[in-house]
Amino acid sequence: MYNKGTIIPGLIIFVGLMLFAVLWDGGEKVEAPKPEKPVGYKECVKPLQYMKESHMELLNVWRDEVIREGKREPIEVGGVMYEKSLQNGCMHCHTSKKKFCDTCHEYASVYPYCWDCHVAPQEDVALKEAR
Amino acid sequence: MDSSRRKFLKIAGISAVAGIGAPSALNMLMKNEVRASSEGGGHGAQTDAHGGEGAHAAAPVGKRYGMVIDAVKFHDTPGLAEKCIEACHSYFNVPNFGNKKDEIKWIWQMPFTNAFPGDESHYKKDERTHAMQFMLLCNHCDNPPCVRACPTKATFKNADGIVMMDFHRCIGCRFCMAACPYGARSFNWRDPRGSKDGVPFIKKINPEFPTRMRGVVEKCSFCDLRVKRGLQPLCVEATGDTKAMVFGDLNDPNSEVSQVLKARFTIQRKPSLGTMPSVFYII
Amino acid sequence: MLEKSLKGNLGYWAWVLFLLGIIGVGVICYIVQYNYGLGATGMSRDVTWGIYISQFTFLVGVAAGGLMLVLPYYLHHYKDFGRITILGEFMAIAAVAMCMLFIMADLGQPMRALNVVFHPTPNSMLFYDMIVLSGYLFLNVVCGWVVLHSEYQGIKYPSWVKPFIYVSIPWAVSIHTVTAFLYCGLPGRHFWLTAILAPRFLASAFAAGPCLLMVIALIMKRTTKFDIGRVAQDKLVTIIGYAALLNFFFLGCEIFVAYYSRIPGHMHTLDYLYFGLADHSTGEVFNNLVPFMRASVVMGFAGIGLIFVSRYLKSDALLALSCILIFVSFWIDKGLGLVLGGFVPSGLEQITEYVPTFVEIGITAGIWATGFFIITVLYKIAISVKLESEKAA
Repeated sequence: MYNKGTIIPGLIIFVGLMLFAVLWDGGEKVEAPKPEKPVGYKECVKPLQYMKESHMELLNVWRDEVIREGKREPIEVGGVMYEKSLQNGCMHCHTSKKKFCDTCHEYASVYPYCWDCHVAPQEDVALKEAR
Repeated sequence: MDSSRRKFLKIAGISAVAGIGAPSALNMLMKNEVRASSEGGGHGAQTDAHGGEGAHAAAPVGKRYGMVIDAVKFHDTPGLAEKCIEACHSYFNVPNFGNKKDEIKWIWQMPFTNAFPGDESHYKKDERTHAMQFMLLCNHCDNPPCVRACPTKATFKNADGIVMMDFHRCIGCRFCMAACPYGARSFNWRDPRGSKDGVPFIKKINPEFPTRMRGVVEKCSFCDLRVKRGLQPLCVEATGDTKAMVFGDLNDPNSEVSQVLKARFTIQRKPSLGTMPSVFYII
Repeated sequence: MLEKSLKGNLGYWAWVLFLLGIIGVGVICYIVQYNYGLGATGMSRDVTWGIYISQFTFLVGVAAGGLMLVLPYYLHHYKDFGRITILGEFMAIAAVAMCMLFIMADLGQPMRALNVVFHPTPNSMLFYDMIVLSGYLFLNVVCGWVVLHSEYQGIKYPSWVKPFIYVSIPWAVSIHTVTAFLYCGLPGRHFWLTAILAPRFLASAFAAGPCLLMVIALIMKRTTKFDIGRVAQDKLVTIIGYAALLNFFFLGCEIFVAYYSRIPGHMHTLDYLYFGLADHSTGEVFNNLVPFMRASVVMGFAGIGLIFVSRYLKSDALLALSCILIFVSFWIDKGLGLVLGGFVPSGLEQITEYVPTFVEIGITAGIWATGFFIITVLYKIAISVKLESEKAA
């Protein structure tokens, strides 16, 4: 092999760097995140599995419907009216960003920038009832 | 390489590109059709109105919101203008950076020569007009140059004639700000949630409405979220019973704003540009 | 062919390292701007476009200037430009790259830049600008590289490149016309709302682009063995001279229209740029651009005069000086005068002046250094290939 002296150490360093993340924390048990469910509410606007997988898509759909199409009317799910809004809808029930949104996001190393603009509710102060 | 092998490779390559490209191109075209019909002003949004777009030579049909501002009443009621501005800026979390460079304002006051430039003469010595201040805001034009300029449709005209801002989509190119003849738009040159010397730029964040982040353009939205629920815009509400601002559907002959426009002469800002603003002034 | 840029003498590497240093400064300044927001620049609510967009506007012109070498050779078979079309194409690549970098630096939300592609908006000139700039970059990369590579291999370039080369000719005109349309279609800005803006842009582009190319060619004559030849030099002088004269003629037309009609909207910006403008309520005079704009006119005419003299005297030093004068004159005229002038006075007849900040200048210098870096690398490759193939021939 040409340039053996450069390639083999280079390969070792490269593989080492790539595997570093795995080897550093490898084998440790990490707790699954436990987002705090809201008290007194049995269900959300969509089924749990859908929300786990696609809540961000739902928020995108709502955002386009509300702003771009002007469909601001609250939606009714299971007899309860919900505002199509992150601040005034979702956070009306899930009142703590830290104990709900952040637990899963930090576990998954996801940093959505919703909260750069949208105002997280003050801790444990529910917003006004949706109509 | 001999030519038959070369020919084979050329045909294989083109077929591969076509085979992968055609279904996805078709997909894109189909999606674009669906998207095009649901975007750009809401064709399906209103059941009562028929497509608020199409503002060309004829007057647009469908709902078309507008406003008459009686500058005389503002002049006669001191403090009223400040009340309106405060009502708007506090609800919508409009920051105050404390310097003119980074300034953000959705509604503000200016003297006659700034509000209606071009209409000046040394010989117009009418003291009252020179002392009056005029409430300026986005005119929500029928023919908005900012909407034409925006490369992402982040600013668009909805079915009710309101020129809307989609903060999620804005890339902050500020082309709309260059295009607006009225200086109605502001840009977030820095993070509005910051503070200087311990004083936050937003005095008290309203939890019902988001702030914006640095790098997007913002402006008056004719309170479309309130108007949709049948309420008046915040500035109009702040004028109370004075009728200094009258807001309503310009296309509805029975609305209050149409009555005022029938009864009084009004002027508009820069009418010769053909933007067809929705804001009228009684002087 | 890329490996040719890795071989060079001490002067070459010193220059490359110098450029990389400036690029580093630009990167640091950009990080500052990205974290703070565009408020780190001198732009304000009234002057919403500053030197980033003004550099972009000027550099689109420089990119279009490459056309002045491609058109005579490929369309009119002017043989003396045969050796240097590659220089025009590579300069266009560097200029378009700089344009795109300036746009990215100017965006408030650069991470969302692809929204222009995801949400095509045919009524927006910026959408078309994105298309034509990307297209022109693609065309120049393809045409330049393929033709050069064929020369490197000692064969004639393949015939499939020809359509791309022919398309690049009107495409070059289109990139600068679309950029002019960004400005001249806006109803609220009377200084920009003129039909002659696109022709003026093209005239100054066809002078500034070849001027830059000429200066670099003269530097290469000194530092390498690559000489573009007296015939090509003299022809370029003709092109630059006439294009520059045309630009001043168009400026003269604008001045006539403004000052003969005496319409305030037309006059006020020219007043601000060349004489200083007083705010009509406070009386305060604003004139921070006046020395630059006047210098631009003086330098422009001096450059035009000197460039023709240099051809008569066959003086390379005078030629270089005159090209620099014309380039800087048009850089001020288009860069500072056009873009900043459009915002003064504002739509509400107010005057806000603009002064770039250190962060802004740092980023601008970094992007210019990037452009020069690209030109250096590409030209090194081009002339290495050409010198070798000419030696072999």
